[in-house]
Amino acid sequence: MTIAVNPTQSGEPIFYLADEHPHPEGWSTSLGFWIYLMSDCLIFAILFATFGVLGGNYAAGPAPKDLFDLSLVAVNTSMLLLSSITYGFAMLTMAQNRIGATQMWLAVTGLFGLAFIGIELTEFAHMIHEGATPQRSAFLSAFFTLVGTHGLHVSCGLIWLVTLMVQVWKFGLIEANRRRLMCLSMFWHFLDVVWIGVFTFVYLLGVLR
Amino acid sequence: MPTARRVPGNLDLSGATFRTATLDKLSNVRIAAPQLPLGPAKETHSHKAQPVSRLKILALLPLAVALSGCNYIVLAPAGDIAAQQRDLVIISTVLMLLIVVPVMALTVLFAWRYRQTNTSARYEPDWDHSTKLELVIWSAPLLIIVCLGALTWMGTHLLDPYRTLGRINADRAVDQSRAPLEVDVVALDWKWLFIYPDYGIATVNELAAPVDRPINFRITASSVMNSFYIPALAGQIYAMPGMETKLHAVVNHSGTYKGFSANYSGAGFSGMHFAFHALDDKGFDGWIAGAKSAGSTLGRAEYLQLEKPSQNEPVRRYGTIDSDLYRLILNMCVETGKMCQSEMMAIDAKGGLGHEGLNNTLPLAYDKYARRGTALGGEPTFVAGTCTPEAPQGQTTAAIKAPLDTAPLLGAGLKRPTFAPLKSSSFFFGQFPKSDS
Amino acid sequence: MSPDLLKLIFGRLTIESLPLHEPIVVGTFAVVATGGLVMFAGLTYFRVWGYLWREWFTSVDHKRIGIMYMILGIVMLLRGFADALMMRLQQALAFGGSEGYLNAHHYDQVFTAHGVIMIFFVAMPLVTGLMNFVVPLQIGARDVSFPFLNNFSFWMTVGGAVLVMASLFIGEFARTGWLAYPPLSNIGYSPDVGVDYYIWGLQVAGVGTTLSGINLICTIVKLRAPGMTMMRMPVFTWTSLCTNVLIVASFPVLTVVLALLSLDRYVGTNFFTNDFGGSPMMYVNLIWIWGHPEVYILVLPAFGIFSEVTSTFSGKRLFGYTSMVYATVVITILSYLVWLHHFFTMGSGASVNSFFGITTMIISIPTGAKMFNWLFTMYRGRIRFELPMMWTIAFMLTFVLGGMTGVLLAVPPADFVLHNSLFLIAHFHNVIIGGVVFGAFAGIGYWFPKAFGFKLDPFWGKLSFWFWVTGFYLAFMPLYVLGLMGVTRRLRVFDDPSLQIWFIVAGIGAFLVFLGILSMLMQFAVSFLKREQLKDVTGDPWDARTLEWATSSPPPAYNFAFTPVVHDNDAWWDMKKRGYVRPLLGFKPIHMPSNTGTGIILAGFATAMGFGLIWYMWWLAAASFIALLAVGIGHTFNYHRDFDIPADEVIRTEDARTKLLAGAK
Repeated sequence: MTIAVNPTQSGEPIFYLADEHPHPEGWSTSLGFWIYLMSDCLIFAILFATFGVLGGNYAAGPAPKDLFDLSLVAVNTSMLLLSSITYGFAMLTMAQNRIGATQMWLAVTGLFGLAFIGIELTEFAHMIHEGATPQRSAFLSAFFTLVGTHGLHVSCGLIWLVTLMVQVWKFGLIEANRRRLMCLSMFWHFLDVVWIGVFTFVYLLGVLR
Repeated sequence: MPTARRVPGNLDLSGATFRTATLDKLSNVRIAAPQLPLGPAKETHSHKAQPVSRLKILALLPLAVALSGCNYIVLAPAGDIAAQQRDLVIISTVLMLLIVVPVMALTVLFAWRYRQTNTSARYEPDWDHSTKLELVIWSAPLLIIVCLGALTWMGTHLLDPYRTLGRINADRAVDQSRAPLEVDVVALDWKWLFIYPDYGIATVNELAAPVDRPINFRITASSVMNSFYIPALAGQIYAMPGMETKLHAVVNHSGTYKGFSANYSGAGFSGMHFAFHALDDKGFDGWIAGAKSAGSTLGRAEYLQLEKPSQNEPVRRYGTIDSDLYRLILNMCVETGKMCQSEMMAIDAKGGLGHEGLNNTLPLAYDKYARRGTALGGEPTFVAGTCTPEAPQGQTTAAIKAPLDTAPLLGAGLKRPTFAPLKSSSFFFGQFPKSDS
Repeated sequence: MSPDLLKLIFGRLTIESLPLHEPIVVGTFAVVATGGLVMFAGLTYFRVWGYLWREWFTSVDHKRIGIMYMILGIVMLLRGFADALMMRLQQALAFGGSEGYLNAHHYDQVFTAHGVIMIFFVAMPLVTGLMNFVVPLQIGARDVSFPFLNNFSFWMTVGGAVLVMASLFIGEFARTGWLAYPPLSNIGYSPDVGVDYYIWGLQVAGVGTTLSGINLICTIVKLRAPGMTMMRMPVFTWTSLCTNVLIVASFPVLTVVLALLSLDRYVGTNFFTNDFGGSPMMYVNLIWIWGHPEVYILVLPAFGIFSEVTSTFSGKRLFGYTSMVYATVVITILSYLVWLHHFFTMGSGASVNSFFGITTMIISIPTGAKMFNWLFTMYRGRIRFELPMMWTIAFMLTFVLGGMTGVLLAVPPADFVLHNSLFLIAHFHNVIIGGVVFGAFAGIGYWFPKAFGFKLDPFWGKLSFWFWVTGFYLAFMPLYVLGLMGVTRRLRVFDDPSLQIWFIVAGIGAFLVFLGILSMLMQFAVSFLKREQLKDVTGDPWDARTLEWATSSPPPAYNFAFTPVVHDNDAWWDMKKRGYVRPLLGFKPIHMPSNTGTGIILAGFATAMGFGLIWYMWWLAAASFIALLAVGIGHTFNYHRDFDIPADEVIRTEDARTKLLAGAK
């Protein structure tokens, strides 16, 4: 936005805009969403710190190496990474205004997301069935909370994704929907980045510990 | 099992003795001088602040009255550590008054001088910058803080509660030939347990120590956080369950002083105080003998009874004790079958017990106070011990050795601060008992 | 009905949960209920419900939301202050074997509620309300970035307040102290609903606070009038920006730490337990990582208010604008590096303690610089002692004392003897009352004419001022003294009779403050009745300097008919000086957001969910959660959230003002 604020030719200062245009809709949305993501990032930072502090307190119970099945987690990670890629395709097709392809890629993203949640729930169920419940030790409390919070975010993302698909189907790729898809895209990639942190610090380093 | 009841005799006694002890102390030569400027100095400036000041003077009247006869135990303590802490309080206050007083005076002066009705004062509505002035207003507080920061660094290290004593008082170094008095302190709901490992006795809500002999406190708690504080002796430190803090102190004047918990811990908190008797050597030996003859025993079973919440407990003495009791309390394994913290931490450091450890929990066999299941979780359990509770004595937190030096607040002999990485567990979360088992 | 069914429906809530056997609470309830009924009947009789709903509850206008925040803050001040009076009375009575009139069960709730309410539901709403009202006007914007979110944030704050107030009559509040340290706050030692009220009250309100923080940052960054560069923003806007950055960067920490505590309490995890490897001290660290920035969240906007007031009433540019801004930013950053000074006594090593002690002292340098800047703003000015200026002078004299005792407490060995004592209590009341409360009152006095078009009555204002200031000193100077006598905080009974006189003096002080609050309410009432005499038609009653005074009082819904263009820090002063002429022609339609009831509905469901979780009424919690989700998603299907104010209406509004201004001359 460039508006002349210097005195006009005649030397009279301008004190108001006689002819102004309102800020376009969604003028602040992307900044606002970034700030929201940063505050969310802080939530994960604290959960990581908690895991860092409590991660070695097994209470004479099992340690990560006894519990984690790295191959399963690797599959899980690839699900989430693939979903990020397919979301990227959705955004590309959106830029080309191809509603059908966008919807298709969004659906694929959603399926990958579902697979991720499914695998994670299986892993949790397996651990709980074994007796490695969140109550067993501080390490397990911190583990379930950190990974579970991430999973909860992905689930929210899925609900949001479905909502957006309905909205795109009903109203098309209008400006507002494009903005929303953009926000969800940032959210989705953000969760991917967080997961890479989880995968590295919780699973890989945990097993090495 | 004595439940909550008040013991008026006990309280009356303590109240009265505190009072006389203080009056004695106030007549003592050592104290009176430095603390007096504190209150009035800052106040005189506040009340010339505004035209209103008359009302504020009224507000401050009690202060003057108070300074003449009240019990400013923090400013007139009986122990060397508390006295040095008092000195720091006063030095810092004076340092800050150097800038606070001018600011308050200028506020009043400017407010008065540049009032609207005073048309003779200069008016420069566009004057809003002066580099010189800016330099002054940033550097003046900076200088004060540099001084105060240096003082803080030294004072904090020298008065670190983990540091052993180097001196008895301002003129005497510690007598090496005389062992310090060891006292293990346990904050219970809502009373204090003091264990004297060297004498094999324990007391509840009563503490005694000989004058001029260093005291080493090891402090923990049974359930929630408290803070162990005897203002006359030394500053406070938290008492936390499953953790140990230390305090090194010495008392220089005989008398009876008040000790209490300085951190709110629940319903019986107000009654959680005790008398601290500073006795001469003969008196102390007599006190020990008196406790020894008390006859009753404090073993694990008695402790579990004592641990249950009760309020306003009377003084109790135990002539014989289980010598391992403090370690078991600290490691939260007084109950039979419970795994000690030191053992658990040693196992965890080696990578846990694996799948075998998963089911190594037992439902609470009896209803230990305050262990309840949660709405969505399971029944309360504890981790079962894998070897006998008589595990090797866990080594507790290390103390920091002080040089034998009587100079006040000087860094002589103080080790250069090391910037070696601290263990993360002890960095922010206090020091846990370490185990060698 | 079978007990199982009852339990399914009501969870933990039974008839015994209602404090029917407590005469004080029943009495309070009777008064509150009667008052509520009278108000309800009155509102119904005068048929204002529709008006309130349409024009206020569903309003997305930042000015109205700001005013509602202020009302919330003042109402909650009455509750929080009632707690303060009860504590003062108890401590003045409970000597020489007397138990006073409150048992531990009550007294412990009272001091916890006092702290929680005063910080979260008095200081925060007052500060947020002022920022909400003033900032968009000061930067020449029409509204905040996300007007709907603003409304939602406000109602979430109200939801939190409602939960905390509900604990008075249904069940009980926490008995843990205002920060609810575990293990005491964990299920083992606090099995009843008190801590759950605490958790959900703060969680619900916390969501609102975080969102309003995001909203105001965006507003300040994106919606400034052309010409207003960062270094031309008014200082209040600057401090608001820093405060909101602090909010966004610290409230998530509170959210997490409370969530972990609730997991411990509901699910039985082991974050803060003694057993199974939990670490209660981690809670203390985490909550103060939020808690210390919170102090600056409250006090920075107050600093901004004092800057505006000093410069306006001294008739002078603010001295050292640049260093003022840098000082604010430095304080913002440093506030994250000092949290450990709240628990030096935990037994961290001497190096850790001195690090945090010294960083704390460093904060006093920019704060000191600010103090000098205000001083030199007064220097060679023409000071008008209107009420806001009086509060400012009182602040400057009081706050330096509080600052001094604060730095004293930052010296770890000194803290060892003064920590948790009444000296500490005196210190933080000294900075919070002397800084935040005086600041909020200065702000209310200063911007009231802008919000309502008439000034506040000076007589009752001055009465209130003197009651407050003398009351404050009488109430808290004795606490400094008591702290030096080694008296600790949160004690319910005392056995040393020589202390009683000090508590009586402090009690008298608290009573004077009470008179101060009554005078302030009187001031509002009298000013409303005398509004014709106190009327301000110019929109600029104080001959002020910043943009908010360029528009009418109260401002029209769209704030400015034309977006102003800024050439100077003191934009409006500059406009006045250089012969700005108010435009009378060329008005256009103005694009504005429309009102919506979604915010209040969502907040209502969130509150119901909190209530369900507190009482283990799982069906209520689940149903409210689903409703919350459904309404939230439903709201996103509404794509038409704005409308245009037609040019005719703008012309009508502006012409009316032209007439008013002409009449004034």
